[in-house]
Amino acid sequence: MPTDIAPASPWSSRAKETLGQNGALGALVVLGIAMAILSPVFLTPQNLTNVGTQAAVVAILAFGQTFVIVSAGIDLSVGSVAALSAIVTGYGASNLGLPAWIAILLGLATGLAAGVVNGILISYGRLPAFIATMAMLSVARGLALVLSNGIPVKVPAEVAFFGSTLGGWLPVPLVIMVVLGVLAAFILNRTYVGRCMYAIGGNEEAARLSGINVGRQKLIIYGLSATFAAVAGLVLAGRLASGQPQAAAGYELDAIAAVVIGGASLAGGTGRAFGTFVGALVLAVIRNGLNLLNVSSFWQQVVIGIVIALAVLTDTLRRKSK
Amino acid sequence: MSQAPPLLQVEGLVKRFPGVVALGGVSFDLVPGEVHVLLGENGAGKSTLIKCLAGVHQSDEGTIMVDGKPVVLHGTADAERLGIATIHQEFNLVTQLSVAENVLLGRQPRSAGIIKPSEMNRVAAQAMAKVGLTIDPRTPVSSLGVARQQLVEIAKALSLDARILIMDEPTAALTDDEVDRLLALMEELRSRGVAMVFISHHLDEIRRIGDRVTVLRDGKSISTVPASTPTHELVRLMVGRSIDAQYPRARGEVGDVLLSVEALTAKGRFEDINLEVRAGEVVGLAGLVGAGRTEVLRAIFGADAFDTGTVTVKGKPSRRRGIARGIEQGLGLVPEDRKHQGLVLGASVADNMGLVLLRDATRAGVVNLGRLAELARRGVESLRIRTPNTKALVKNLSGGNQQKVVMGKWLLADPTVLLLDEPTRGVDVGAKVEIYNLINDMTSAGRGVLMASSDLPEVIGICDRILVMAQGRIVGELSHEEATQATVMALAVQEMESTRAH
Repeated sequence: MPTDIAPASPWSSRAKETLGQNGALGALVVLGIAMAILSPVFLTPQNLTNVGTQAAVVAILAFGQTFVIVSAGIDLSVGSVAALSAIVTGYGASNLGLPAWIAILLGLATGLAAGVVNGILISYGRLPAFIATMAMLSVARGLALVLSNGIPVKVPAEVAFFGSTLGGWLPVPLVIMVVLGVLAAFILNRTYVGRCMYAIGGNEEAARLSGINVGRQKLIIYGLSATFAAVAGLVLAGRLASGQPQAAAGYELDAIAAVVIGGASLAGGTGRAFGTFVGALVLAVIRNGLNLLNVSSFWQQVVIGIVIALAVLTDTLRRKSK
Repeated sequence: MSQAPPLLQVEGLVKRFPGVVALGGVSFDLVPGEVHVLLGENGAGKSTLIKCLAGVHQSDEGTIMVDGKPVVLHGTADAERLGIATIHQEFNLVTQLSVAENVLLGRQPRSAGIIKPSEMNRVAAQAMAKVGLTIDPRTPVSSLGVARQQLVEIAKALSLDARILIMDEPTAALTDDEVDRLLALMEELRSRGVAMVFISHHLDEIRRIGDRVTVLRDGKSISTVPASTPTHELVRLMVGRSIDAQYPRARGEVGDVLLSVEALTAKGRFEDINLEVRAGEVVGLAGLVGAGRTEVLRAIFGADAFDTGTVTVKGKPSRRRGIARGIEQGLGLVPEDRKHQGLVLGASVADNMGLVLLRDATRAGVVNLGRLAELARRGVESLRIRTPNTKALVKNLSGGNQQKVVMGKWLLADPTVLLLDEPTRGVDVGAKVEIYNLINDMTSAGRGVLMASSDLPEVIGICDRILVMAQGRIVGELSHEEATQATVMALAVQEMESTRAH
């Protein structure tokens, strides 16, 4: 994952700097060491790729969510949009008989459209992002149920590829996560819309008075978030080998948690793709670790809640002491 | 006055932040019934000092004594208990709640957790009477203007039995009339024995209300002098050198018309505005607060819509308005409120300086960050912005340097006409002169400047032509030679009276 740190400094001090800047990375290292001690299975290549695969869907959703949170917004609809995109792809291929790649494009376009509608409601309808995307959460989930009649939809083999493994060891979800992570970092750091995210999140009025078309940029930002969600939906459908209308329910909260654990502020203006990546890994390592240790899934929820609170708490305390 | 034992005594106060010594040894004392002025440039340490006194920051060295006893202020509650109340520049009011609830916030009279509204309103009304606030205590604070909100803050402080009132630039956002009223109130409080620490950049106010002045420079207290000390001496103490000219305007040849505004009207805000700005010219918009200066500047720039009229830049009229169009035409706006409208405070100097040129530096959606960084470096150098580097966060710069960053992001875009709204508000004397020199640089390069300012000496000292506004109209024009405080004010007020007579 690219970071912004100058390449001139030696690796060790760079590593220290990165660790110091990102409390989540420290937490991930500590968690990794603890798990390695507690469970002999944890460090096996098979389990590690397993963690990566489990992290992938949430990480992809969270990369999109990072764009929105950096611009001081919130997108609650990503889980529903992910499900709807997968259903549309499956429906297009199975019920309409479209070629697989057109069905996939249709699924991605559905995501983009949902995001653009979010953006229109927020920019031009002046709805708070929380309300607009909460409405979309309901609408997209409902449409997914309507289209699928509430039962899983068959997806073409090309979609199943998204959930498969390359060369017998490299999971495709992992590859897609890394590629989209690099893409998200590039968008945030190097593109016009990315720099606008920081400016709008930092001070929307100053951004507007500097000539940034805030409304148009928000359309793009929510469109990007929902498109990332659509990809996540296809990856999930690939792993499940079908489009499930109830898939990814509640994942929006995991995505927001990953972004926040990664060091972004819900007040906007800060956040990095690498932090989000680490945040998603932290969540996946905890889930995986607790499974390995045979902790009940009921308790897992408790632990994850505590970790989210702790991560943000340590971050706040560290910033205060600076 | 010096016979009375000091109510508050500060000795050798030191406060360090990582990488910066904000206070490097400050000493002063405050006696009952005194208005003690803290004077210094932005970044001299005034804000840090009052935050130490208010218990917001804890000092690293030095002592604070109240009634001759050393105290340690762990938090604002400690300061309040000792009778120290602070009125910060940004008010601490819950604007949705009523005046009474704000005055007694957290201390509302209640029994078993249920508030007794009639008693609350009665107690609050008593506190409000002390500051001459004779409105219904049930009025929501959001419906009050800045001046009255400030009175609510003072009433709240007095109801806490404050013996020491610290006021950070209380007059910055007030009109002249409101300033007069505030100073009268301060005089009354002084006669009742309340001691006040007063921060202001306006030397005339200091002379009117102050007893003693402690000058701060670079985090140290330089000296404490009587408030009657001559201006040039105060300025010398403050900046460590004398400023030859407060308003160094370099007038040159005036060229072609760059900006022409015709019959610009927005119902309810301004009407029939006609003006021209020529190359090499600084045109001033003077008038009372609320006369419509800011509204006119924003409409010309494209930030707000208007009903009728045209804005022509370099002979090209434009029907379509909007900020992007204004910038394309060659306009730039330095807005009046730099924190809320001018800067992304949590972003770096480079990010802020590059904001206007972001679009220009983008090819196929990808920003040329190297070019922006280079431009920011050059801007910081040529504007002499005091910052460790271009990656420093803007919120850590002093007010004057922040304002230079806002100017800088526009100067990098080289606008044909730059619109300035209160360009030196809350900026210290030294940085003001540097900003005036930037204006000189622009006009000598054949650009034009249209500037609105409430600071009359500044308008008279810097502008080549002054348009006076009242009630949304331009009521008169004065050349640089004709303009005095008296002639400008006569125009600004005269129209108000004639409309009142209707």
